[in-house]
Amino acid sequence: MNDPGVTVRLPSALSDVAGARSLVVAPTPDDVAALLDGIRDENPALERRIRDETGALRRFINVYVDGDDVRHLDGPATTLRPGSEVHVIPSVAGG
Amino acid sequence: MTHVLAIGTRKGLWIARSDDRESWTLDGPHLLMQEVASVAWDTRRSPARLLVGTMSWHFGPTLMWTDDLGATWHETGNAAIAFPEDTGTALGRIWQLQPDRDDRPEVVWAGCEPTSLWRSDDGGETFSLVRGLWDHPHRPNWAPGFGGAAVHTIVPPPEGERMLVAMSTGGVYVSDDGATGWTPSNTGISAGFMPDPYPEYGQCVHKVAVDASGPERMYVQNHNGVYRSDDSGATWTSIAEGLPSDFGFFVLSSPHAAGTAWVMPIENGDRRIPVDGRMRLHRTRDAGATWTELGEGLPDECFSVVLRDAACVDAQDPTGVYVGTRDGVVYASADEGDSWQEVAAHLPDVLTLRATVLP
Repeated sequence: MNDPGVTVRLPSALSDVAGARSLVVAPTPDDVAALLDGIRDENPALERRIRDETGALRRFINVYVDGDDVRHLDGPATTLRPGSEVHVIPSVAGG
Repeated sequence: MTHVLAIGTRKGLWIARSDDRESWTLDGPHLLMQEVASVAWDTRRSPARLLVGTMSWHFGPTLMWTDDLGATWHETGNAAIAFPEDTGTALGRIWQLQPDRDDRPEVVWAGCEPTSLWRSDDGGETFSLVRGLWDHPHRPNWAPGFGGAAVHTIVPPPEGERMLVAMSTGGVYVSDDGATGWTPSNTGISAGFMPDPYPEYGQCVHKVAVDASGPERMYVQNHNGVYRSDDSGATWTSIAEGLPSDFGFFVLSSPHAAGTAWVMPIENGDRRIPVDGRMRLHRTRDAGATWTELGEGLPDECFSVVLRDAACVDAQDPTGVYVGTRDGVVYASADEGDSWQEVAAHLPDVLTLRATVLP
């Protein structure tokens, strides 16, 4: 079966470092942690803006898988499926 | 020759330039919405490199640099400063960037939050954690001040290997063996917020400056207290007599004139405003024996303060002195503090200033 991978939607503030507003990652990683590991291998400056060097998601970054916040799912172990859409969205923070 | 002042703020970096240190032009913002808590001019390189410690509340901290005054910016792909995996720790903020002496042109130091010291041997592109300080048995007892727990002051060895760092809280620590072993060096500095007012360590040292006469003589602005050491930091003696308050954030020293230093007294730890709401610096010409109030051109109705790193001197003669306030105003003095001109206003909170001269 053809694996379409997952689509990662990025905020505009990361478009410079990412070089795009969205990425397609294929084959589909097992989970969010594996997805971010792959991004780290390709573009470490992008990955470390999403999670810190301990592997934790940054405090004011939210990651949604198919519309659900992974903090309310299984966190980094949240499973991905072919065709999943992953949104990386800065939370409301700052002054 | 152009005088250049890097202005790090809560929401980005500005670069001011002047031919005469009297009138200034402002370029910026660079790195908009990045909190810039540390900047350093590395003039050992040609062209000079501006190193900048940034922090985004969303996307975390990073170190960036420019070799062309902000026209282009660079950062290390794999973070320049990242805690090793075994520490289980993440970098919070880069509080201080300090090039080493001229004969070690690739060495740059960084002081970071959580309390840590880092060394680069490639001009600031990658850093290694200084394990001797990180693994220090006192570290569990270094408590964060209001701004966070960090190494905020680094005095590299002008010769030999003796090096000094300061942290809030924790106080002054020195190393005599190339930053491997570290010893607290706070004898005489008070910690009025602790049961023992003169502990071995735990002081809230806000800033340290080295006198022009050499590294044996240094000044400290403490949470409460202004002190001088004449023995490379081994012991400290109060020089606060003659100041309207011993509370403040920064201390600066002249690079040329022995015995010359500046502080800006704040009313006290509970009333963090300039004394009587008048923004004034105080200068000593005799290593703290006497102080003179300076303020021509500074505001009388001022309820903003200058943070520990939002002040600097340049290397010119007479010394240029620069201060930036939490309400975004930057002042410059080309006559060692006697008179002041406004460089910029209405910026975000000023966190750090560094001045240099470029060809």
